[in-house]
Amino acid sequence: MIYLRDIRKSYLLGEVSLEVLKGIDFDVNVGDFVSIMGPSGSGKSTLLNIIGCLDRQTSGTYQFEGTDVLRKTDNELAEFRNKKFGFVFQTFNLLPRFSAFKNVELPLLYSYMSVTERKIRVSEILEKTGMSHRARHNPSELSGGEQQRVAIARALVMNPSMILADEPTGNLDSHSGAEIINIFKELNKEGVTIILVTHEMAIAQETRKIMTIRDGVCTNGCY
Amino acid sequence: MDVIEILRVSRDSVLSNKMRAFLTVLGVIIGVTAVILLVSIGEGARRYIKDEFSGLGSNILVVVPGKTSREGGHHMGTSAVRKLTYDDAKLIKRRSRYIQSSIPIIVGTSLIKYGSKSRYTYVEGVSEDFFAARNLTVDSGRFLTATDVNLKRRVCVLGRTVKKDILGDINPLGTLVTIGESKYRVVGLMAPKGVTLGFDIDDLVFIPITAAMELFDTDSLFNITVKVRSEQEIPAAKRDIKETLIRRHAGEEDFTILSQDEILSVMEKILKIMTAVLAGIASISLLVGGIGIMNIMLVSVKERTREIGLRKAVGAKNKDILFQFLIESVALSLVGGILGVILGVAFTWLIPVFITFLPTKLSVWAIFLAFFFSAGVGIFFGVYPARKAAGLDPIIALRYE
Repeated sequence: MIYLRDIRKSYLLGEVSLEVLKGIDFDVNVGDFVSIMGPSGSGKSTLLNIIGCLDRQTSGTYQFEGTDVLRKTDNELAEFRNKKFGFVFQTFNLLPRFSAFKNVELPLLYSYMSVTERKIRVSEILEKTGMSHRARHNPSELSGGEQQRVAIARALVMNPSMILADEPTGNLDSHSGAEIINIFKELNKEGVTIILVTHEMAIAQETRKIMTIRDGVCTNGCY
Repeated sequence: MDVIEILRVSRDSVLSNKMRAFLTVLGVIIGVTAVILLVSIGEGARRYIKDEFSGLGSNILVVVPGKTSREGGHHMGTSAVRKLTYDDAKLIKRRSRYIQSSIPIIVGTSLIKYGSKSRYTYVEGVSEDFFAARNLTVDSGRFLTATDVNLKRRVCVLGRTVKKDILGDINPLGTLVTIGESKYRVVGLMAPKGVTLGFDIDDLVFIPITAAMELFDTDSLFNITVKVRSEQEIPAAKRDIKETLIRRHAGEEDFTILSQDEILSVMEKILKIMTAVLAGIASISLLVGGIGIMNIMLVSVKERTREIGLRKAVGAKNKDILFQFLIESVALSLVGGILGVILGVAFTWLIPVFITFLPTKLSVWAIFLAFFFSAGVGIFFGVYPARKAAGLDPIIALRYE
């Protein structure tokens, strides 16, 4: 499903070019539940952004479901992000002035779906993540765990091929964190492919496959 | 994303900060209101002047001393300007068959007294034809007659205000009032007429031209007002007047003949420029309103950087973000435009009610101009912030604190 070969990414910091990823080879298959491990600054988030088409690699090959992502236009990538990926962030990134319902509805707005279809779909997915009773509440009225559930609902609402989670438990207490991991596990059982970035070994061990990255180089669990 | 959704998103974000939206819109409201109001005042003044001059009658010519060069600049002639005299006025009438009446006019101010009351007022020396030519009527008594003029009788016709100030409730007819040094008998009282051409007819005293020449000790006329038999004969009458006066003035054309159309067209020109200047000044405030929109949109883009990043992460295309912000700024300016039009129209109606001397005329082109200008301002000043929003890198935007 995902095929990465010799992925390099460098940023220009003034005059100096900083290479964050130094040739990553990585595969993900349908139904996988992979965690990307590594200390902060190792390049794991950058890799996740490239996989999620939020960013492009400087060189190397990235094929998603057989298509070369580098050849896609910005608009096609936006469509990819809309239909193929669901993002879950460490800081939840919910829109503060919108209700849980509206937050979950957001990706649907960019997919030409009718109002009634959207309503049905959002209600369905809030039900699934156990948040339907909080649909009318704004993020500030929700606990951290609840906010992340809403964010997961938003990631799932388009029925994506893959969930990309960047430290999803980083801002949560251990109890809520465990709940979120359980949700991921169940989703994976239903067949959803998940890539999870973390620096906590305990969380990584909950996944079925661990890939370790250090200083932009894959050290374990690579292709 | 379809249009309705973008509209909805824009509406939600405008409404999420009502106070700020209102203050931003206020700038546009003031601008649009100012454009409509000032143009309406300008148009009102134009129509007022036009009506006033039309009241003169279209077959009136006014001969004034001195040559007014229409090309601007001064007349470089050698001789001094010769005055117009009572004899000129009489001769003009005699030498042309197109002229119905030729009225010599002298205007001056003089003290007018009755008993213990006195005041300064305008005194107009005219001939008997004046009243018919200007369509004036008396309330009681009579106008000046040819005999009054020929015999230099000390009689006068009073305007309303003068009569009230000097005589109070006394029956004016037959009373003797002092104008300057001499006593004048009141023979008529003007019907109320109000202000025309800057002269308050109610505040005037009319005396025979011959008496006026003595009162002001001059034989130099203010102007000669000529009534032509019909409008078609104006060019012929003008030619005759010119010929007569040039001959009398030793071959020099040191006078100017103005027709109503000419006076009107000069006035129109001045007032059109005035209206345009007013509209221009008001447009500046509209422009400032537009800059206010741009300012607030830039703040909004900055504040919502994370939102933009997130929207992009869940599939918003650059153009979706661009339109979202552009529609927001256009919506702000349109709402401002609509409210401004409503306020502008309301003020245009209200002003003449409360400030009676200020005529207004609602101008449709000002409404359209102001409205579309405000919409244009919204687009123009919205593009830059919207492009800025659309061009954000989603990763950087998501990390923005």
